[in-house]
Amino acid sequence: MSIAAAEPAAPARSIDPAHVFWILAAIVTAAIVMLPAEALPAWARKYPAAWQLPFAAWISSFTKWLMDSASFGLFTVRDLTRAISWLLDQPLSLARAVFATGFVRGQGSDAVTVFPAIPWFSMVIAATAAGYAVGGRRLALGMAAGLLYLAVFGQWTSAMVTLASVLVSSVLGSIGGLLIGLACVRWRWLERAAAPFLDIAQTMPVFAYLLPMLILFGFGPVSAMVATVIYALPPMVRVTILAIRAVPEEIEALGRMTGCTRRQITWKMLVPTALPALMVGVNQVIMLSLNVVIIASMIGAGGLGWDVLTALRSLNIGKGLEAGIAITVLAILLDRFAQALALRAGAVEAEDAARRRKAFVSSALAIAVAFWLLTALFPAIAPYPEAWKLSTAPYWGQFVSWINVTFFSTLEAIRTAVLLNILVPVKRFMLALPWPWVVFLVTAIGFRLGGWRLALTVGLMAAFPALVGLWPATMITVYLCGVAVVIAALIGVSIGIVAAGRPRLWRTVEIVIDTLQTLPTFVYLIPIVMLFRVGDFTALIAIVLYAVAPAIRYTAHGVSRIAPELIEAGVMTGCTRRQILTRIRLPLATPEILLGINQTILLALSMLVITALVGTRDLGQETYSALAKADVGRGVVAGIAVAFIGMIADRLVSAAAAGMKARRGPPQ
Amino acid sequence: MRTALSSLAIACACSILALTAPSGPARAAPESKDPIKITLNDWTGELISAHIVGEILKKAGYNVEYVPADYLAQFAGMGTGDLTFAPEVWATTAQEALDAAVATGNVEDLGGSGMQAREDWWYPEYMKEKCPGLPNWEALKKCGEAFSTPETAPKGRYLGGPVTWGGYDEERIQALDLPFEVVHAGTDAAMFAELKSAYERKAPIILWIYVPHWAPIKYKGEFVEFPKFEKACYEDPAWGSNKDAKYDCAKPRGDIFKAAWSGMKKKWPGAYEIVKAYKNDNKTIGELAAKVDIDGQKVEDVAAEWVNSNEAIWRPWVKQ
Repeated sequence: MSIAAAEPAAPARSIDPAHVFWILAAIVTAAIVMLPAEALPAWARKYPAAWQLPFAAWISSFTKWLMDSASFGLFTVRDLTRAISWLLDQPLSLARAVFATGFVRGQGSDAVTVFPAIPWFSMVIAATAAGYAVGGRRLALGMAAGLLYLAVFGQWTSAMVTLASVLVSSVLGSIGGLLIGLACVRWRWLERAAAPFLDIAQTMPVFAYLLPMLILFGFGPVSAMVATVIYALPPMVRVTILAIRAVPEEIEALGRMTGCTRRQITWKMLVPTALPALMVGVNQVIMLSLNVVIIASMIGAGGLGWDVLTALRSLNIGKGLEAGIAITVLAILLDRFAQALALRAGAVEAEDAARRRKAFVSSALAIAVAFWLLTALFPAIAPYPEAWKLSTAPYWGQFVSWINVTFFSTLEAIRTAVLLNILVPVKRFMLALPWPWVVFLVTAIGFRLGGWRLALTVGLMAAFPALVGLWPATMITVYLCGVAVVIAALIGVSIGIVAAGRPRLWRTVEIVIDTLQTLPTFVYLIPIVMLFRVGDFTALIAIVLYAVAPAIRYTAHGVSRIAPELIEAGVMTGCTRRQILTRIRLPLATPEILLGINQTILLALSMLVITALVGTRDLGQETYSALAKADVGRGVVAGIAVAFIGMIADRLVSAAAAGMKARRGPPQ
Repeated sequence: MRTALSSLAIACACSILALTAPSGPARAAPESKDPIKITLNDWTGELISAHIVGEILKKAGYNVEYVPADYLAQFAGMGTGDLTFAPEVWATTAQEALDAAVATGNVEDLGGSGMQAREDWWYPEYMKEKCPGLPNWEALKKCGEAFSTPETAPKGRYLGGPVTWGGYDEERIQALDLPFEVVHAGTDAAMFAELKSAYERKAPIILWIYVPHWAPIKYKGEFVEFPKFEKACYEDPAWGSNKDAKYDCAKPRGDIFKAAWSGMKKKWPGAYEIVKAYKNDNKTIGELAAKVDIDGQKVEDVAAEWVNSNEAIWRPWVKQ
């Protein structure tokens, strides 16, 4: 299409038959939107209420049955989930005791501390030593600086509560994801069966299933942890499947020839070989776990998430930011530590260097433990002294106020321009599309890209929102996320191209995107509301900021993976830099870029929960309102509609990427 | 090593136990030593109410635990007994959630907390110059322009609460023929962020505000005086200045209820009586909230101080 637009004056050039479908689809769509409203029958413009299926009511009564009376004979479903909840509570309570609360006897205000939690100085010493042991001086320095930030800025207690729950849920998520992934590799049917659940878990807004979960697992940290694991586990499963499949055939063959059992092949050969790739999944689990810290705090997890929420409700922007950055600090420390650990697993070290390192680390750990014991005898020395605390909170508040007072009219002009020229027209267009045409178009695209099977799947998913009477909200969702994804993709792909192959720049970019992915959106949402008011534009900025990260990551990865010989060949044949970019780098990296955009779409959809908080009228608002009205069915139905949008996009983009790869032939 | 550690731990435990053994006046034995879980929502007034109730229960000998909980998610927690008591459930924002929870039979409505929510259209003081005649609502008829933004001009922009709060503002605008358009905020945090932004720039704004809240204490301004609410106004079109429309009046003042897990009555009868009897008023909570939000004191300290200096008020609630 871009060729046709760029060279309209070349009529001799016949249109590529492969493009006819797309051009035709665009023309017909435009024509339909321009038709006067009366030209279409009423049922096509607005899905008749009489045709709606009462899915919401069915789900409500099903969950009510499940939660109140479903039984296995000897015990009810609720007994079972409560038992699971008790089991999960054991590691969590232990971690909370060690890091945050100390070992106590009794509950509530009667609790008596039997043994204190690790005091901040022991933690700093131990973590620094551990950092040195696995990652050398650099990591040790990072650990010390990060933890000191938490202490100096008065975030220690909350940060340790959050650390305990994130640690446990990351471990559970990583191990669970690994096991499910391995099972999927062994049994193909399981992979097919699990795929839709993974998509739904990743895209369904947590608000949608919050109520049933609270009743089944109880109100408190365990529920929060279950929600966290549900949300953070899918990428680990996906990565495991990819990573294990990517292990060279020869390794498995070797295992079989030397007479290894199946278990030995899996755990002694496949998993260790795939470890570096698996760590990408662990990274995602950690990042996503920290991502739901805020929502987890709403249902009893407490910690930093709660601090952010409370600070921002009283519009204390600086305090919210400091607590938010503490979340990011935790994320980066955990991630870098896990990465270093994985790197080390394969490294070999000289014997005496190893011995020296071991001696150093164990003496540091001994000191940390000694200090810990000391706090048990003298509890007064444990807390970080009030007088040494710092806060930059007032300055941040003043900074935002200054921008507000000084630049508001400029920002207002930008906002109005984007709103009137992009957002409003796109919204009108999407709402003007008759639902039967959209369903047909999605089906046709599915057929074109992946055959009848894909067509059927995506067609049915596209029809679902109409069937349950959520069509307008769905179209608003598609419009908001669609515009955000286009903008995020443009920004992300350009940054990715520029940063790839420039290691120093890449390190900076990586810190920025890690921050964007883990800093709670709420932290920057409130200042954005102050500067841009509530509404779609504010939601758009928040979605773009959050969803841009994978586009950058995958693009950079794809571009830097291109074989250097190909670039060299380009240089030798006299390509300009621009030609190398447009003719070699971009086309070769396209499959990776598409995967990145795929992730961007999923992240954009997962932001809908947050955009509901700034007054959009989309499916996110629908799930949020359902929570307000304690209407389980309505929330779940809206959540499924969100998940279906994500799955349609995912299936179509993946099919397009696969088609492109197939056309280009096997990788060199 | 391990045995040494554990014996040390036990030694410590004993010494701490000895230190913290109750030494004050003898306390009545509570029915159950399980912690009574009081919810902490995310606004200051509620935090203060929760801590005041908690302190009183502690003085009566009960074991209390505070659990941070989302305002709407807390009803599910109370339904299963995971949470015990919510001190502030506003009729204006959570009536439906409360009704639904009470209908299940697992949550009990403990009646009013003595506080009254007032919510209505509110503007900062500096807008009085731009729209003479305020706070009388009829002044708004000529002030659409003064409150307008590019998207709503020439109509004024009224920032309403989240859609879920209801409030009939669209209907009110129609009925009273006001030149305004409603824009809904998604949360009250977003709503007050807009107020802060406008207040700093002395820019026009008119929005939904509810009290008791810290915002009208921190920012100077007034409620618009609409015709006083009567039940007939919401039910009978003939009532009020517009003979053909309902909602041509102010919003109703709503009670702020207390709610509890219905098993509380059995498990802690004494504590149940205390929380049922607990009452407070807007002025007290508003002033305490100001101490926290404006003077920067800690919620726990403010609540404890109130409990210590007002024993005459709460002592009768505690059955001996």
